[in-house]
Amino acid sequence: MNELPILTIITLLPLVSGIVVAGLGEHRKLARGLALTSSFLSLALVLGLWRSFDGNSGLLQFVEGPHAWIPTLGVQYYLGVDGLGLLMVLLTALVVPMSLLASGRVADRPHVYYGLVLFLQAGLVGTFTALNFFHWFIFWELSLIPAFFLVRLWGGAARAAAATQFFVYTMVGSIAMLLAFLAIFLATSEPGQPGVFDFITLADMARSGTLEQLLPAKLGWIDLTARKLLLVVFGGALLGFAVKVPMMPFHTWLPAAYSEASSPVTMLLTGVMSKMGVYGFVRILLPIFPQHINWMLTPLLWLAVITIVFSACAAFAQRDLKRMLAYSSINHLGYCLLAVFAVAKFTNAPQFATEKAAALNGVFLQMFNHGLTAAALFWFVALIEQRSGGLRGLNDFGGLRKVAPIFCGLMGIALFSSLGLPGLNGFVGEFLIFKGVFPLAPWAAAFSVIGLLVTAIFILTILQRVFNGPLNEKWSKFPDLTLGEIALLIIPIALMFVLGLYPRLVLDVINATAVQMVEQLKF
Amino acid sequence: MPWIVKNLWLIPALPMLAAGLTALAPQRCRKFAASLAIGSMVGAFLLSLCAFARALQIGPHGPKDFYNFDWLQFAAGAPGVLQLGWVLDPLTAVMLVMVTFVGLLIFIYSVGYMAHDENFTRFFTFLSLFAGAMLGVVIANSLLLLFICWELVGLTSYLLIGFWYHRPSAAAAAKKAFITTRVGDVFFFLGMMWLYHEAGTLLFYDEGRGCLEQGALIGMVAQTTSLGLAVSTCIGLLIFAGAVGKSGQVPLHVWLPDAMEGPTPVSALIHAATMVAAGVFLVARVFPLMAAHPEGAAAETTALQAVTWIGAITAVFAASIAVAQNDIKRILAYSTVSQLGYMMMGLGTGGVAVGMFHLITHAFFKALLFMGAGSVIHGCHEEQDIRRMGGIKKYMPITFATYAVGMLALAGFPLFFSGFWSKDEILHAAHGWPVSHVPFYLGVAGAFLTAFYMTRQVALVFFGNNRSEALPSRSTHEAKEAHDKSHAPNAGGHAAAEDSRAPHESPPVMTWPLIILAACAIGLSVIGTPAWPWFQSFLGAHHAEGFTAGVVKLMVISALIVFAGLGLGWWLYGRKPSQNADEPDVLEKLPLGMHTWFARKYGIDELYELTVIRFNAWSARACAFLDQWIWGGAVALVSYLMLGFSWVSRAFDEFVINLGFDQSCGGVTRGGRMMSRFQDGRVQNYLRILGAGLVALVLFLIWGGGK
Repeated sequence: MNELPILTIITLLPLVSGIVVAGLGEHRKLARGLALTSSFLSLALVLGLWRSFDGNSGLLQFVEGPHAWIPTLGVQYYLGVDGLGLLMVLLTALVVPMSLLASGRVADRPHVYYGLVLFLQAGLVGTFTALNFFHWFIFWELSLIPAFFLVRLWGGAARAAAATQFFVYTMVGSIAMLLAFLAIFLATSEPGQPGVFDFITLADMARSGTLEQLLPAKLGWIDLTARKLLLVVFGGALLGFAVKVPMMPFHTWLPAAYSEASSPVTMLLTGVMSKMGVYGFVRILLPIFPQHINWMLTPLLWLAVITIVFSACAAFAQRDLKRMLAYSSINHLGYCLLAVFAVAKFTNAPQFATEKAAALNGVFLQMFNHGLTAAALFWFVALIEQRSGGLRGLNDFGGLRKVAPIFCGLMGIALFSSLGLPGLNGFVGEFLIFKGVFPLAPWAAAFSVIGLLVTAIFILTILQRVFNGPLNEKWSKFPDLTLGEIALLIIPIALMFVLGLYPRLVLDVINATAVQMVEQLKF
Repeated sequence: MPWIVKNLWLIPALPMLAAGLTALAPQRCRKFAASLAIGSMVGAFLLSLCAFARALQIGPHGPKDFYNFDWLQFAAGAPGVLQLGWVLDPLTAVMLVMVTFVGLLIFIYSVGYMAHDENFTRFFTFLSLFAGAMLGVVIANSLLLLFICWELVGLTSYLLIGFWYHRPSAAAAAKKAFITTRVGDVFFFLGMMWLYHEAGTLLFYDEGRGCLEQGALIGMVAQTTSLGLAVSTCIGLLIFAGAVGKSGQVPLHVWLPDAMEGPTPVSALIHAATMVAAGVFLVARVFPLMAAHPEGAAAETTALQAVTWIGAITAVFAASIAVAQNDIKRILAYSTVSQLGYMMMGLGTGGVAVGMFHLITHAFFKALLFMGAGSVIHGCHEEQDIRRMGGIKKYMPITFATYAVGMLALAGFPLFFSGFWSKDEILHAAHGWPVSHVPFYLGVAGAFLTAFYMTRQVALVFFGNNRSEALPSRSTHEAKEAHDKSHAPNAGGHAAAEDSRAPHESPPVMTWPLIILAACAIGLSVIGTPAWPWFQSFLGAHHAEGFTAGVVKLMVISALIVFAGLGLGWWLYGRKPSQNADEPDVLEKLPLGMHTWFARKYGIDELYELTVIRFNAWSARACAFLDQWIWGGAVALVSYLMLGFSWVSRAFDEFVINLGFDQSCGGVTRGGRMMSRFQDGRVQNYLRILGAGLVALVLFLIWGGGK
């Protein structure tokens, strides 16, 4: 490829500007201005990429490489995006400026803060574009470090414990995954030839059954049956992603991290970082371990259902807005897990190809929509905290609609989007997921709708306690949104309407990818 | 394709557009909002008339007029294209005309009723949004589009019930309404998914490929599930659950009476005439699916039997509760629940035409009754308790006359009122139902109760003496405060009456819609009598009976039942009106504490409070506990174990390794110190060592090299 290495540019831009911003020293305005400029530049670049992307093809596009990087280890510099990767890069490019705009109040070491946010962006973009495990893993871990410091340094009172838990938890998952991939690497290596780290080759090997034969043959020194060995390797990889999404019971880091991090940081954590896990499920687990998911299908589907229902119920029990929304995040991504597992179900009936494609498209849409909506919701929470001096309890307010009608109207729209109201973005993804999952796993779909119901209950409870009822006199001076805030917030809100009414905008880009993935799943 | 079919979407789009524009308008643009909303409804009404004309031209058995378009593509090829669309058939056409016409009148009435509300503009935004969504439900040719609009209708209902959001009761009622209906919607959603998988499409009509057309139905009837029911029946039951929620059928009826917290025009439009009827409309729309049965099997499928039984039980259950209520709007709300039950029963036993006829007539007279009740409430300074009214007839003659028409239509007063004919049709169908006669008897009992409670209400409200002054409990001061607080109209030009605390007639903008609706409540009888069953044949039913002996016999029976109800009601409440608001109700003398059961609504709310809601709260707490202590505890345990392990290894480090290490380090240090003497940077020392080394080397070579 002799074209401009656009993906490299998109990855490096935030990295370089992050270094510049962090190196500037304590110039709050300058740091903020530079960070915003960089993030908007990224957004413009990604939008350009979006325009020139060929939505009719499910193949990787804008491919760079593979260039040899560390040849002895089979490590290559190999980048490319398909519809899914592009969608995630776009989501990153959208949420980062939202988060930066919401961070106007950061006063403590602003240059470090803005620098770290940009580093995080670079890590995320790298994760969503890399196609070689080693390369991908570097970015996967790299994104964790700025996230840790962002939580650790700018969070709430219990931030230290939350950040440590977040870091250690994710690290444990990552190490398990790393070991799994090292096992694969060892199994695929031949004398004089390094093993395989390349996702696409690995997927091909998985499809042809080579991987399944190689693993027990090469790793015979472990005293396990072939099937158990395969499951151990799969379990390691699964754990890494399951912690990140998170899937119950590996989720306990999340409520603490999301609620202790400052709201703009939470926007990044829930908006984009949580998508890394689902992305890993779709990009890595599904093509490389379809059989293994299939072996474990029933327990995995149960875990997804439990994730959906339990997190919704747990959200209802919370009394802190951020914790409620944190559990709601788990719930929303639970639908993605449900669909991913159902898609792996072994079936050769041709009509199920349609259902599987529907489910995968639903997953992609849900990832994007949840990123957008959750980021917007935490933005609103950030604004509430600014106005209330840090209060964000469910029962701290009441009747805010009277004094801040525009605020309540717009946040109400975002909440209804999260609830999955048709006409707003959340519905389309959930519809497609259930459309696909119901025929593949009817009982799992039937249990999961309980999550839809409980979500409605706790979201309406938020509306009832915070916005409705008699005005809490303490907040009779609660300021409504300023014109500037309206102008910024109207963008995500408008996107919710656009994607709810005209989902083709996204679907036309991702559909070919989903179809292709289903095509390759035939086994 | 005729212009109106292709552009049918304009009918919901007009109010939607009005909603969008008024949403952006500031609160002070009251005139703009009201005129835009009303103008859009006029436009929608005129277009609906065009659509109606087209439907007349095609007739019930002609080809379906529909227009489908691609909404999105979610998989490869044609099966992966999701289409939406709209359909124009007689069912659509009559609903369109009814919704736009009744809606228009209620919009106009609201201008008067809400005149002094500070959120007047927002009110019209929500009303327009509602009208648009409801019209979307009506024209949808895809179950998905119907579901989308159905949920939007639910949203507007939520917003409008909670319109006076500062009242905790309104906020709670709004939430209750949304969640209760969503319980049904969840099943509806699953049914839709199932249907989509089985039929491969959600379009109703698509030149033979639609899910309500022969091809798909045959396929769904042929398969049976593990329960022994046909797939089509299971899907039908799931979809019916959605209708149960929306139309307030037992056991999901609890939200509808509470929904009366909304402003009265909202109760009239949404919770009486249109939205709650959407469930009935849904069943009518998917009727081919509900009724699909294998060749030779009984036509009464399980799905239709469920519809019939739920409807019949609801009809009599809600009517019995209405007997013991004292809030003028709540009586009407329970009456609505009961009448919706009749409609369901009509659908289940007699088919689309029977249920729909009652839906249409009910829409007119129930909207009339609610708006009349609004006029009374407004005239009585926000009093809603019928025990504290009385003798209002002389103060509000127009309201009284129109209310009486509505009441007689609802009670089913013979021959001149539309309600009689539509109810009679249902009873007739129930009588001929081969499965069981119980629904018929339940329907008859409901008819008696309906006549009774409406007579009680009218007698207490309009006749006798005004009991409002004799109130010890609620002082006029309080009432006035309530009046000011809820921003209801105080009717321009009635300032004098306002002071005198006497009830007063409402302004013309409110009374004219009442008069028009009253005329319709009478006039609609013409289109559906057994002599000329135009309505029924327009909806595709085969009615050629006329006034046969059987029909006349039933008519006489139902007339006698109605007279009995009216007579008993008048005998108990009208004959010697009570003088005091606190007098006990005569029905309290009923044996077995029946009145208490009625008044407490059979304790269903309390039952749900004790079971469902408590279970929900409990499971939330359980999940939170599990999260915090079990999973969180496991993680904490692991982390403490790690910490303990670290302490042990640190101790090991400090006292075992480090000690040894320090020792050996000491050795190394000493050695190093010694060695460093050799590297002290002095060149002469280096040279000295170099020299010594050289000497040693030479000696070595001499001695060793000799060998």
